[in-house]
Amino acid sequence: MKVVPASENALIIYFDQVVSADTSARVRQATAVLETALVDVLIDLVPSYASLLVIFDLSRIDAATFEQQITELLDVAPTASDSVGKLVELPVYYSMESGPDLAEISRAKKVSVEEVIALHQSREYLVYAIGFAPGFAYLGEVDSRIVMPRLDTPRTSVPRGSVGIAGRQTAVYPADSPGGWNLIGLCPERMFDPLSEPGMPIRVGDRVRFFSISRETFLARGGRLA
Amino acid sequence: MKGGFRVDRPGVLTLLQDAGRFGYHRLGLTTGGPADPLAFNWANRLCGNDPGMTALEVTIGGLQLECRAATIFALCGADMPLTINGQPKESWRSHRVKSGDRVVLGYAHRGMRAYLAVADGFNISATFGSTATVIREGVGGLSGNPLQAGDRLPCADISDRQCLSLGRGYRPVYGGRVILRVVSGYQSTLIANDQQQRFFASEYRLLSQSDRMASRLAGPPIDIDIPDLLSEGICLGAIQIPPDGLPIILMHDRQTIGGYPKLGSVISLDMSQLTQLKPGGLVSFKSVTMAEARRIRLAADRMYRQLKPEVCD
Repeated sequence: MKVVPASENALIIYFDQVVSADTSARVRQATAVLETALVDVLIDLVPSYASLLVIFDLSRIDAATFEQQITELLDVAPTASDSVGKLVELPVYYSMESGPDLAEISRAKKVSVEEVIALHQSREYLVYAIGFAPGFAYLGEVDSRIVMPRLDTPRTSVPRGSVGIAGRQTAVYPADSPGGWNLIGLCPERMFDPLSEPGMPIRVGDRVRFFSISRETFLARGGRLA
Repeated sequence: MKGGFRVDRPGVLTLLQDAGRFGYHRLGLTTGGPADPLAFNWANRLCGNDPGMTALEVTIGGLQLECRAATIFALCGADMPLTINGQPKESWRSHRVKSGDRVVLGYAHRGMRAYLAVADGFNISATFGSTATVIREGVGGLSGNPLQAGDRLPCADISDRQCLSLGRGYRPVYGGRVILRVVSGYQSTLIANDQQQRFFASEYRLLSQSDRMASRLAGPPIDIDIPDLLSEGICLGAIQIPPDGLPIILMHDRQTIGGYPKLGSVISLDMSQLTQLKPGGLVSFKSVTMAEARRIRLAADRMYRQLKPEVCD
Protein backbone atom coordinates (compact mmCIF):
# COMPACT_ATOMS: atom_id res chain seq x y z
CA MET A 1 0.00 0.00 0.00
CA LYS A 2 1.28 3.45 -0.92
CA VAL A 3 -0.27 6.86 -0.20
CA VAL A 4 0.52 9.58 -2.77
CA PRO A 5 -0.66 13.21 -2.97
CA ALA A 6 -3.18 13.97 -5.73
CA SER A 7 -4.02 17.62 -5.06
CA GLU A 8 -3.92 20.08 -2.17
CA ASN A 9 -6.95 18.30 -0.67
CA ALA A 10 -6.80 14.79 -2.10
CA LEU A 11 -4.63 11.73 -1.52
CA ILE A 12 -4.64 8.56 -3.55
CA ILE A 13 -3.99 5.18 -1.97
CA TYR A 14 -2.53 2.55 -4.29
CA PHE A 15 -3.06 -1.04 -3.15
CA ASP A 16 -1.52 -2.76 -6.13
CA GLN A 17 -0.82 -2.26 -9.81
CA VAL A 18 -2.73 -5.18 -11.21
CA VAL A 19 -6.40 -6.11 -11.36
CA SER A 20 -7.48 -8.89 -9.02
CA ALA A 21 -10.50 -9.82 -6.94
CA ASP A 22 -8.32 -9.65 -3.83
CA THR A 23 -7.11 -6.11 -4.54
CA SER A 24 -10.67 -5.08 -5.31
CA ALA A 25 -11.74 -6.43 -1.90
CA ARG A 26 -8.98 -4.42 -0.20
CA VAL A 27 -10.17 -1.24 -1.94
CA ARG A 28 -13.75 -1.86 -0.75
CA GLN A 29 -12.55 -2.64 2.76
CA ALA A 30 -10.52 0.59 2.92
CA THR A 31 -13.47 2.57 1.54
CA ALA A 32 -15.71 1.23 4.32
CA VAL A 33 -13.12 1.87 7.07
CA LEU A 34 -12.30 5.43 5.98
CA GLU A 35 -15.85 6.57 5.38
CA THR A 36 -16.77 5.62 8.93
CA ALA A 37 -13.64 6.84 10.71
CA LEU A 38 -13.05 10.09 8.83
CA VAL A 39 -16.59 11.34 8.35
CA ASP A 40 -15.73 14.77 9.83
CA VAL A 41 -13.08 15.60 7.25
CA LEU A 42 -14.11 13.60 4.19
CA ILE A 43 -15.61 15.24 1.11
CA ASP A 44 -15.78 12.22 -1.20
CA LEU A 45 -14.18 8.88 -2.05
CA VAL A 46 -13.46 7.39 -5.48
CA PRO A 47 -12.72 3.67 -5.32
CA SER A 48 -11.34 2.14 -8.51
CA TYR A 49 -9.59 -1.06 -9.60
CA ALA A 50 -6.58 -0.91 -7.31
CA SER A 51 -6.71 2.57 -5.81
CA LEU A 52 -8.84 4.80 -3.64
CA LEU A 53 -8.91 8.59 -4.10
CA VAL A 54 -9.69 10.34 -0.81
CA ILE A 55 -10.86 13.97 -1.04
CA PHE A 56 -10.81 15.88 2.25
CA ASP A 57 -11.69 19.25 3.74
CA LEU A 58 -8.49 21.28 3.68
CA SER A 59 -9.78 23.73 6.28
CA ARG A 60 -10.03 20.92 8.85
CA ILE A 61 -6.85 18.94 8.34
CA ASP A 62 -3.52 19.14 6.50
CA ALA A 63 -2.37 16.45 4.10
CA ALA A 64 0.54 15.21 6.22
CA THR A 65 -1.63 14.63 9.30
CA PHE A 66 -4.37 13.14 7.18
CA GLU A 67 -1.97 10.75 5.49
CA GLN A 68 -0.75 9.59 8.89
CA GLN A 69 -4.33 8.98 10.05
CA ILE A 70 -5.12 7.01 6.91
CA THR A 71 -2.01 4.86 7.29
CA GLU A 72 -2.82 4.12 10.93
CA LEU A 73 -6.46 3.30 10.19
CA LEU A 74 -5.60 0.95 7.35
CA ASP A 75 -2.76 -0.68 9.29
CA VAL A 76 -5.09 -1.86 12.03
CA ALA A 77 -8.00 -2.63 9.69
CA PRO A 78 -8.59 -6.35 9.30
CA THR A 79 -7.22 -7.73 6.06
CA ALA A 80 -9.80 -7.92 3.33
CA SER A 81 -12.38 -10.51 4.12
CA ASP A 82 -13.79 -12.64 1.34
CA SER A 83 -17.16 -10.94 1.71
CA VAL A 84 -18.86 -10.70 -1.64
CA GLY A 85 -21.50 -8.30 -2.82
CA LYS A 86 -24.95 -9.26 -4.05
CA LEU A 87 -25.51 -11.13 -7.29
CA VAL A 88 -27.31 -9.10 -9.96
CA GLU A 89 -28.60 -10.85 -13.07
CA LEU A 90 -28.93 -8.72 -16.18
CA PRO A 91 -30.92 -9.69 -19.27
CA VAL A 92 -29.35 -9.15 -22.69
CA TYR A 93 -30.82 -9.36 -26.17
CA TYR A 94 -27.79 -10.68 -28.08
CA SER A 95 -28.15 -10.47 -31.85
CA MET A 96 -26.59 -9.06 -34.98
CA GLU A 97 -29.25 -6.34 -34.84
CA SER A 98 -28.49 -5.31 -31.25
CA GLY A 99 -24.78 -6.22 -31.24
CA PRO A 100 -23.12 -4.64 -34.29
CA ASP A 101 -19.64 -5.98 -33.40
CA LEU A 102 -20.58 -9.65 -32.90
CA ALA A 103 -19.58 -10.54 -36.44
CA GLU A 104 -16.20 -8.83 -36.12
CA ILE A 105 -15.43 -10.55 -32.79
CA SER A 106 -16.39 -13.89 -34.32
CA ARG A 107 -14.10 -13.24 -37.30
CA ALA A 108 -11.17 -11.88 -35.28
CA LYS A 109 -11.29 -14.56 -32.57
CA LYS A 110 -12.28 -17.47 -34.84
CA VAL A 111 -15.23 -18.48 -32.71
CA SER A 112 -18.83 -18.64 -33.85
CA VAL A 113 -21.26 -15.85 -32.99
CA GLU A 114 -23.22 -18.33 -30.85
CA GLU A 115 -20.04 -19.13 -28.96
CA VAL A 116 -19.22 -15.44 -28.35
CA ILE A 117 -22.68 -15.05 -26.84
CA ALA A 118 -22.37 -18.22 -24.77
CA LEU A 119 -18.91 -17.26 -23.47
CA HIS A 120 -20.09 -13.82 -22.42
CA GLN A 121 -22.80 -15.46 -20.27
CA SER A 122 -20.55 -18.20 -18.95
CA ARG A 123 -19.05 -16.23 -16.06
CA GLU A 124 -19.92 -14.27 -13.02
CA TYR A 125 -18.27 -10.83 -13.26
CA LEU A 126 -17.06 -8.64 -10.41
CA VAL A 127 -17.94 -4.92 -10.38
CA TYR A 128 -14.43 -3.45 -10.12
CA ALA A 129 -15.26 0.21 -10.52
CA ILE A 130 -18.06 2.60 -11.38
CA GLY A 131 -17.19 5.78 -13.14
CA PHE A 132 -16.42 7.55 -16.38
CA ALA A 133 -20.15 8.28 -16.47
CA PRO A 134 -22.92 7.76 -13.87
CA GLY A 135 -23.76 4.09 -13.59
CA PHE A 136 -20.99 2.91 -15.92
CA ALA A 137 -19.79 -0.28 -14.16
CA TYR A 138 -16.51 -1.87 -15.18
CA LEU A 139 -17.04 -5.66 -14.99
CA GLY A 140 -14.33 -8.25 -15.24
CA GLU A 141 -12.93 -10.38 -16.46
CA VAL A 142 -14.22 -11.78 -19.74
CA ASP A 143 -13.10 -15.13 -21.14
CA SER A 144 -9.79 -14.76 -23.02
CA ARG A 145 -11.43 -16.22 -26.14
CA ILE A 146 -13.57 -13.06 -26.55
CA VAL A 147 -11.09 -10.38 -25.40
CA MET A 148 -11.11 -7.56 -27.96
CA PRO A 149 -9.23 -4.24 -28.09
CA ARG A 150 -11.23 -1.01 -28.19
CA LEU A 151 -12.30 0.15 -31.66
CA ASP A 152 -9.67 2.18 -33.51
CA THR A 153 -12.24 4.89 -34.03
CA PRO A 154 -14.84 5.22 -31.27
CA ARG A 155 -18.47 5.53 -32.34
CA THR A 156 -19.86 9.01 -31.88
CA SER A 157 -23.05 7.53 -30.46
CA VAL A 158 -23.65 4.25 -28.65
CA PRO A 159 -27.26 3.62 -27.58
CA ARG A 160 -28.20 3.30 -23.92
CA GLY A 161 -28.22 -0.34 -22.78
CA SER A 162 -25.49 -1.44 -25.20
CA VAL A 163 -23.38 -4.28 -23.80
CA GLY A 164 -19.74 -3.96 -24.79
CA ILE A 165 -16.36 -5.62 -24.45
CA ALA A 166 -13.01 -3.79 -24.18
CA GLY A 167 -9.94 -5.83 -23.31
CA ARG A 168 -10.87 -8.09 -20.42
CA GLN A 169 -13.71 -5.79 -19.36
CA THR A 170 -17.38 -5.75 -20.15
CA ALA A 171 -20.01 -3.11 -19.36
CA VAL A 172 -23.51 -1.85 -20.05
CA TYR A 173 -23.70 1.73 -21.34
CA PRO A 174 -26.01 3.55 -18.88
CA ALA A 175 -26.88 6.35 -21.31
CA ASP A 176 -26.50 7.26 -24.97
CA SER A 177 -22.88 8.35 -25.32
CA PRO A 178 -19.82 8.15 -27.54
CA GLY A 179 -17.94 4.90 -27.04
CA GLY A 180 -15.23 2.62 -28.36
CA TRP A 181 -16.23 -0.74 -26.89
CA ASN A 182 -17.20 -3.76 -29.06
CA LEU A 183 -20.98 -4.04 -28.90
CA ILE A 184 -22.59 -7.47 -28.57
CA GLY A 185 -26.13 -6.85 -27.36
CA LEU A 186 -28.63 -4.63 -25.58
CA CYS A 187 -29.82 -4.74 -21.95
CA PRO A 188 -33.31 -3.33 -21.29
CA GLU A 189 -32.61 -2.46 -17.63
CA ARG A 190 -31.84 1.10 -16.63
CA MET A 191 -28.27 1.18 -15.27
CA PHE A 192 -28.65 4.77 -14.12
CA ASP A 193 -31.79 6.77 -13.47
CA PRO A 194 -31.04 10.44 -12.81
CA LEU A 195 -34.48 10.94 -11.31
CA SER A 196 -34.53 8.22 -8.68
CA GLU A 197 -31.98 7.62 -5.98
CA PRO A 198 -30.01 5.44 -5.44
CA GLY A 199 -30.02 5.68 -9.22
CA MET A 200 -28.44 2.35 -10.08
CA PRO A 201 -28.99 -1.35 -9.35
CA ILE A 202 -25.36 -2.32 -8.62
CA ARG A 203 -22.43 -1.20 -6.50
CA VAL A 204 -18.69 -1.80 -6.55
CA GLY A 205 -18.07 -5.33 -5.20
CA ASP A 206 -21.35 -6.78 -6.48
CA ARG A 207 -21.31 -9.68 -8.91
CA VAL A 208 -23.08 -9.64 -12.27
CA ARG A 209 -24.25 -12.47 -14.47
CA PHE A 210 -25.78 -11.94 -17.92
CA PHE A 211 -28.56 -14.07 -19.38
CA SER A 212 -30.03 -14.21 -22.85
CA ILE A 213 -33.50 -12.89 -23.70
CA SER A 214 -35.43 -12.82 -26.96
CA ARG A 215 -36.22 -9.79 -29.05
CA GLU A 216 -39.85 -9.96 -27.83
CA THR A 217 -38.83 -10.06 -24.16
CA PHE A 218 -36.37 -7.22 -24.72
CA LEU A 219 -39.10 -5.03 -26.20
CA ALA A 220 -41.64 -6.12 -23.56
CA ARG A 221 -39.19 -5.04 -20.85
CA GLY A 222 -39.02 -1.57 -22.31
CA GLY A 223 -35.92 -2.01 -24.46
CA ARG A 224 -35.52 0.24 -27.50
CA LEU A 225 -34.05 -0.62 -30.87
CA ALA A 226 -32.59 2.13 -33.04
CA MET B 1 -46.89 32.24 -13.20
CA LYS B 2 -46.53 33.78 -9.77
CA GLY B 3 -43.22 34.83 -8.29
CA GLY B 4 -39.62 34.21 -9.27
CA PHE B 5 -38.12 35.02 -12.63
CA ARG B 6 -39.05 34.03 -16.18
CA VAL B 7 -36.33 33.30 -18.73
CA ASP B 8 -36.89 35.38 -21.86
CA ARG B 9 -33.55 34.47 -23.44
CA PRO B 10 -31.23 31.86 -21.91
CA GLY B 11 -27.99 33.27 -23.33
CA VAL B 12 -25.10 31.17 -24.60
CA LEU B 13 -25.07 28.72 -21.68
CA THR B 14 -26.76 29.38 -18.35
CA LEU B 15 -26.82 26.71 -15.65
CA LEU B 16 -28.38 26.48 -12.21
CA GLN B 17 -25.60 25.66 -9.75
CA ASP B 18 -25.22 25.22 -6.02
CA ALA B 19 -21.92 24.43 -4.29
CA GLY B 20 -21.76 21.02 -6.01
CA ARG B 21 -22.64 17.37 -5.58
CA PHE B 22 -20.60 15.51 -2.98
CA GLY B 23 -20.62 11.89 -1.83
CA TYR B 24 -21.80 10.40 -5.14
CA HIS B 25 -18.52 9.80 -6.94
CA ARG B 26 -19.04 6.11 -6.26
CA LEU B 27 -22.01 6.10 -8.64
CA GLY B 28 -19.89 7.87 -11.22
CA LEU B 29 -21.51 11.26 -10.62
CA THR B 30 -19.20 14.23 -10.92
CA THR B 31 -19.29 17.25 -8.57
CA GLY B 32 -20.52 19.97 -10.92
CA GLY B 33 -20.98 23.24 -9.04
CA PRO B 34 -19.70 26.71 -9.91
CA ALA B 35 -16.63 26.78 -12.15
CA ASP B 36 -15.58 29.93 -10.27
CA PRO B 37 -16.52 29.36 -6.62
CA LEU B 38 -15.09 32.72 -5.55
CA ALA B 39 -17.46 34.77 -7.74
CA PHE B 40 -20.33 32.39 -6.91
CA ASN B 41 -19.73 32.82 -3.17
CA TRP B 42 -19.67 36.60 -3.47
CA ALA B 43 -22.91 36.65 -5.46
CA ASN B 44 -24.64 34.76 -2.65
CA ARG B 45 -22.99 36.80 0.06
CA LEU B 46 -24.03 40.12 -1.50
CA CYS B 47 -27.63 38.87 -1.34
CA GLY B 48 -27.23 38.10 2.37
CA ASN B 49 -27.47 34.36 1.64
CA ASP B 50 -25.98 31.39 3.38
CA PRO B 51 -23.12 29.90 1.36
CA GLY B 52 -23.93 27.55 -1.50
CA MET B 53 -27.48 28.63 -2.34
CA THR B 54 -28.66 27.90 -5.87
CA ALA B 55 -27.67 30.64 -8.35
CA LEU B 56 -27.16 30.99 -12.10
CA GLU B 57 -23.83 30.47 -13.82
CA VAL B 58 -23.95 32.56 -16.98
CA THR B 59 -21.25 31.65 -19.51
CA ILE B 60 -20.28 34.38 -22.01
CA GLY B 61 -23.62 36.18 -21.51
CA GLY B 62 -26.83 37.01 -23.36
CA LEU B 63 -29.26 36.18 -20.55
CA GLN B 64 -32.57 38.06 -20.32
CA LEU B 65 -34.92 37.61 -17.39
CA GLU B 66 -38.28 39.05 -16.47
CA CYS B 67 -38.76 39.54 -12.78
CA ARG B 68 -42.03 38.41 -11.15
CA ALA B 69 -40.89 38.90 -7.56
CA ALA B 70 -39.87 41.71 -5.24
CA THR B 71 -36.37 40.78 -4.20
CA ILE B 72 -32.69 41.63 -4.52
CA PHE B 73 -30.16 39.98 -6.82
CA ALA B 74 -26.39 40.28 -7.31
CA LEU B 75 -24.13 39.67 -10.28
CA CYS B 76 -20.46 38.75 -9.71
CA GLY B 77 -17.67 37.37 -11.88
CA ALA B 78 -17.08 38.07 -15.56
CA ASP B 79 -17.60 41.64 -16.66
CA MET B 80 -21.00 41.38 -18.44
CA PRO B 81 -22.84 44.63 -19.07
CA LEU B 82 -25.93 44.56 -16.82
CA THR B 83 -29.09 46.58 -17.29
CA ILE B 84 -32.34 46.72 -15.36
CA ASN B 85 -35.14 48.16 -17.52
CA GLY B 86 -32.47 49.46 -19.88
CA GLN B 87 -30.55 51.32 -17.17
CA PRO B 88 -26.88 50.28 -16.80
CA LYS B 89 -26.08 48.81 -13.38
CA GLU B 90 -22.94 47.77 -11.62
CA SER B 91 -21.70 44.21 -11.03
CA TRP B 92 -20.31 43.03 -7.68
CA ARG B 93 -23.27 44.52 -5.83
CA SER B 94 -26.89 43.63 -5.22
CA HIS B 95 -29.84 45.43 -6.77
CA ARG B 96 -33.46 45.71 -5.79
CA VAL B 97 -36.04 44.56 -8.36
CA LYS B 98 -39.82 44.30 -8.49
CA SER B 99 -42.32 42.42 -10.59
CA GLY B 100 -42.19 43.48 -14.24
CA ASP B 101 -38.53 44.54 -14.20
CA ARG B 102 -36.36 43.28 -17.04
CA VAL B 103 -32.83 42.14 -16.23
CA VAL B 104 -30.52 41.90 -19.25
CA LEU B 105 -26.90 40.71 -19.41
CA GLY B 106 -24.71 41.56 -22.40
CA TYR B 107 -21.64 39.64 -23.45
CA ALA B 108 -18.54 39.47 -21.26
CA HIS B 109 -15.77 41.98 -21.95
CA ARG B 110 -13.44 40.32 -19.47
CA GLY B 111 -13.78 36.86 -17.97
CA MET B 112 -16.04 34.02 -19.10
CA ARG B 113 -18.58 33.32 -16.36
CA ALA B 114 -20.79 35.46 -14.14
CA TYR B 115 -23.01 34.38 -11.25
CA LEU B 116 -26.47 35.76 -10.67
CA ALA B 117 -27.79 35.05 -7.17
CA VAL B 118 -31.10 36.09 -5.60
CA ALA B 119 -32.07 36.51 -1.94
CA ASP B 120 -32.47 33.02 -0.43
CA GLY B 121 -31.53 31.38 -3.74
CA PHE B 122 -33.60 29.90 -6.54
CA ASN B 123 -36.00 27.34 -5.20
CA ILE B 124 -35.06 24.21 -7.19
CA SER B 125 -35.37 20.63 -5.96
CA ALA B 126 -32.13 18.74 -5.50
CA THR B 127 -31.19 15.50 -7.25
CA PHE B 128 -28.55 13.37 -5.53
CA GLY B 129 -28.27 15.99 -2.83
CA SER B 130 -27.58 18.97 -5.08
CA THR B 131 -29.13 21.30 -7.65
CA ALA B 132 -25.84 21.52 -9.61
CA THR B 133 -26.60 21.05 -13.32
CA VAL B 134 -24.43 18.54 -15.16
CA ILE B 135 -25.80 18.36 -18.71
CA ARG B 136 -23.80 15.26 -19.65
CA GLU B 137 -25.28 13.33 -16.72
CA GLY B 138 -28.79 14.71 -17.00
CA VAL B 139 -28.86 15.68 -13.32
CA GLY B 140 -29.54 18.87 -11.38
CA GLY B 141 -31.12 22.16 -12.44
CA LEU B 142 -34.33 21.79 -14.43
CA SER B 143 -34.21 18.11 -15.60
CA GLY B 144 -30.46 18.35 -16.15
CA ASN B 145 -30.81 20.98 -18.89
CA PRO B 146 -29.34 24.43 -19.37
CA LEU B 147 -31.89 27.25 -19.08
CA GLN B 148 -34.30 27.57 -21.97
CA ALA B 149 -36.58 30.40 -23.01
CA GLY B 150 -39.81 30.20 -21.02
CA ASP B 151 -38.27 28.45 -18.00
CA ARG B 152 -39.49 29.60 -14.63
CA LEU B 153 -37.04 30.16 -11.80
CA PRO B 154 -38.98 30.27 -8.53
CA CYS B 155 -37.67 32.32 -5.63
CA ALA B 156 -39.11 33.99 -2.53
CA ASP B 157 -40.38 37.57 -2.25
CA ILE B 158 -37.91 39.29 0.07
CA SER B 159 -38.11 43.02 0.63
CA ASP B 160 -36.35 43.52 3.95
CA ARG B 161 -32.74 42.94 2.86
CA GLN B 162 -30.15 45.63 2.39
CA CYS B 163 -28.24 45.82 -0.86
CA LEU B 164 -24.52 45.16 -0.47
CA SER B 165 -21.45 45.95 -2.54
CA LEU B 166 -17.89 44.61 -2.63
CA GLY B 167 -15.29 47.40 -2.64
CA ARG B 168 -13.73 47.96 -6.05
CA GLY B 169 -10.23 47.23 -4.84
CA TYR B 170 -11.23 43.71 -3.81
CA ARG B 171 -12.83 42.56 -7.05
CA PRO B 172 -10.85 40.05 -9.09
CA VAL B 173 -9.39 41.28 -12.37
CA TYR B 174 -9.55 38.88 -15.32
CA GLY B 175 -6.75 39.26 -17.85
CA GLY B 176 -5.45 37.30 -20.81
CA ARG B 177 -2.79 35.39 -18.91
CA VAL B 178 -2.80 33.20 -15.79
CA ILE B 179 -0.06 31.58 -13.74
CA LEU B 180 -1.44 28.44 -12.14
CA ARG B 181 0.15 27.07 -9.00
CA VAL B 182 0.57 23.29 -9.04
CA VAL B 183 1.21 20.67 -6.36
CA SER B 184 3.04 17.59 -7.59
CA GLY B 185 1.11 14.37 -7.27
CA TYR B 186 -0.18 11.18 -8.84
CA GLN B 187 2.48 9.89 -11.32
CA SER B 188 4.79 12.96 -11.05
CA THR B 189 7.70 10.90 -9.71
CA LEU B 190 7.57 8.79 -12.87
CA ILE B 191 7.94 11.80 -15.18
CA ALA B 192 11.52 12.66 -16.13
CA ASN B 193 13.02 15.82 -14.63
CA ASP B 194 13.71 17.47 -17.97
CA GLN B 195 10.06 17.00 -18.96
CA GLN B 196 8.85 18.48 -15.66
CA GLN B 197 11.16 21.46 -16.23
CA ARG B 198 9.76 21.81 -19.74
CA PHE B 199 6.22 21.84 -18.32
CA PHE B 200 6.97 24.52 -15.72
CA ALA B 201 9.07 26.65 -18.11
CA SER B 202 6.59 26.65 -21.01
CA GLU B 203 3.66 28.81 -21.91
CA TYR B 204 0.45 27.24 -23.20
CA ARG B 205 -2.58 28.62 -25.00
CA LEU B 206 -6.12 27.78 -23.87
CA LEU B 207 -8.01 26.05 -26.68
CA SER B 208 -11.61 26.81 -27.56
CA GLN B 209 -12.54 23.12 -27.04
CA SER B 210 -12.28 23.82 -23.29
CA ASP B 211 -15.46 23.51 -21.27
CA ARG B 212 -16.74 22.75 -17.76
CA MET B 213 -15.25 19.24 -18.04
CA ALA B 214 -11.70 20.08 -19.05
CA SER B 215 -9.39 22.89 -20.10
CA ARG B 216 -7.34 21.88 -23.12
CA LEU B 217 -4.00 23.50 -23.89
CA ALA B 218 -1.74 23.91 -26.92
CA GLY B 219 2.01 24.33 -26.53
CA PRO B 220 5.16 22.31 -26.03
CA PRO B 221 4.21 18.64 -25.58
CA ILE B 222 5.43 16.78 -22.50
CA ASP B 223 7.07 13.51 -23.35
CA ILE B 224 6.29 10.81 -20.85
CA ASP B 225 6.86 7.13 -20.94
CA ILE B 226 4.53 5.54 -18.45
CA PRO B 227 3.04 2.11 -19.08
CA ASP B 228 -0.75 1.75 -19.15
CA LEU B 229 -2.37 2.83 -15.92
CA LEU B 230 -5.37 1.26 -14.29
CA SER B 231 -8.20 3.81 -14.28
CA GLU B 232 -8.15 5.78 -11.03
CA GLY B 233 -10.01 8.62 -9.31
CA ILE B 234 -9.51 12.12 -10.74
CA CYS B 235 -9.67 15.18 -8.50
CA LEU B 236 -10.42 18.81 -9.34
CA GLY B 237 -7.49 20.49 -11.07
CA ALA B 238 -5.70 17.25 -12.00
CA ILE B 239 -3.30 17.75 -14.92
CA GLN B 240 -3.51 14.83 -17.35
CA ILE B 241 -0.84 14.16 -19.94
CA PRO B 242 -2.40 12.08 -22.76
CA PRO B 243 -0.26 10.41 -25.45
CA ASP B 244 0.00 13.61 -27.53
CA GLY B 245 1.74 15.28 -24.56
CA LEU B 246 -0.60 18.28 -24.39
CA PRO B 247 -1.77 18.91 -20.81
CA ILE B 248 -5.48 18.72 -19.99
CA ILE B 249 -6.72 20.27 -16.73
CA LEU B 250 -9.77 18.55 -15.26
CA MET B 251 -12.55 20.92 -14.17
CA HIS B 252 -15.76 20.68 -12.13
CA ASP B 253 -17.64 18.42 -14.59
CA ARG B 254 -14.68 16.03 -15.04
CA GLN B 255 -15.18 12.27 -15.43
CA THR B 256 -14.73 10.59 -12.01
CA ILE B 257 -12.10 8.05 -13.11
CA GLY B 258 -9.65 7.84 -15.96
CA GLY B 259 -6.43 6.19 -17.03
CA TYR B 260 -4.14 8.94 -18.36
CA PRO B 261 -1.01 9.77 -16.34
CA LYS B 262 -1.21 12.94 -14.23
CA LEU B 263 1.65 15.07 -12.96
CA GLY B 264 -0.21 16.84 -10.17
CA SER B 265 -3.03 19.31 -9.69
CA VAL B 266 -3.69 23.03 -9.96
CA ILE B 267 -4.57 24.51 -6.55
CA SER B 268 -8.25 25.26 -6.01
CA LEU B 269 -7.83 29.04 -5.71
CA ASP B 270 -6.24 29.25 -9.17
CA MET B 271 -9.00 27.18 -10.79
CA SER B 272 -11.21 30.28 -10.51
CA GLN B 273 -8.67 32.25 -12.58
CA LEU B 274 -8.40 29.48 -15.17
CA THR B 275 -12.15 29.23 -15.59
CA GLN B 276 -12.38 32.98 -16.30
CA LEU B 277 -9.68 32.83 -19.00
CA LYS B 278 -10.96 33.20 -22.56
CA PRO B 279 -9.86 30.78 -25.29
CA GLY B 280 -6.55 31.97 -26.70
CA GLY B 281 -5.45 33.16 -23.24
CA LEU B 282 -2.00 32.18 -21.99
CA VAL B 283 -1.38 29.64 -19.23
CA SER B 284 1.83 28.89 -17.37
CA PHE B 285 2.55 26.87 -14.26
CA LYS B 286 4.44 27.35 -11.01
CA SER B 287 5.30 24.60 -8.56
CA VAL B 288 4.28 24.90 -4.88
CA THR B 289 4.58 22.45 -2.00
CA MET B 290 1.55 20.88 -0.34
CA ALA B 291 2.19 22.99 2.78
CA GLU B 292 2.31 26.20 0.71
CA ALA B 293 -0.87 25.21 -1.11
CA ARG B 294 -2.68 24.82 2.19
CA ARG B 295 -1.36 28.16 3.50
CA ILE B 296 -2.55 29.88 0.32
CA ARG B 297 -6.02 28.33 0.64
CA LEU B 298 -6.41 29.14 4.33
CA ALA B 299 -5.17 32.72 3.83
CA ALA B 300 -7.66 33.22 0.98
CA ASP B 301 -10.49 31.82 3.12
CA ARG B 302 -9.50 34.13 6.00
CA MET B 303 -9.40 37.15 3.71
CA TYR B 304 -12.83 36.27 2.32
CA ARG B 305 -14.27 36.08 5.84
CA GLN B 306 -12.63 39.32 6.97
CA LEU B 307 -13.75 41.37 3.98
CA LYS B 308 -16.96 43.18 4.83
CA PRO B 309 -19.25 44.23 1.99
CA GLU B 310 -20.60 47.78 2.15
CA VAL B 311 -24.28 48.59 2.52
CA CYS B 312 -25.34 50.48 -0.61
CA ASP B 313 -29.00 51.31 -0.21
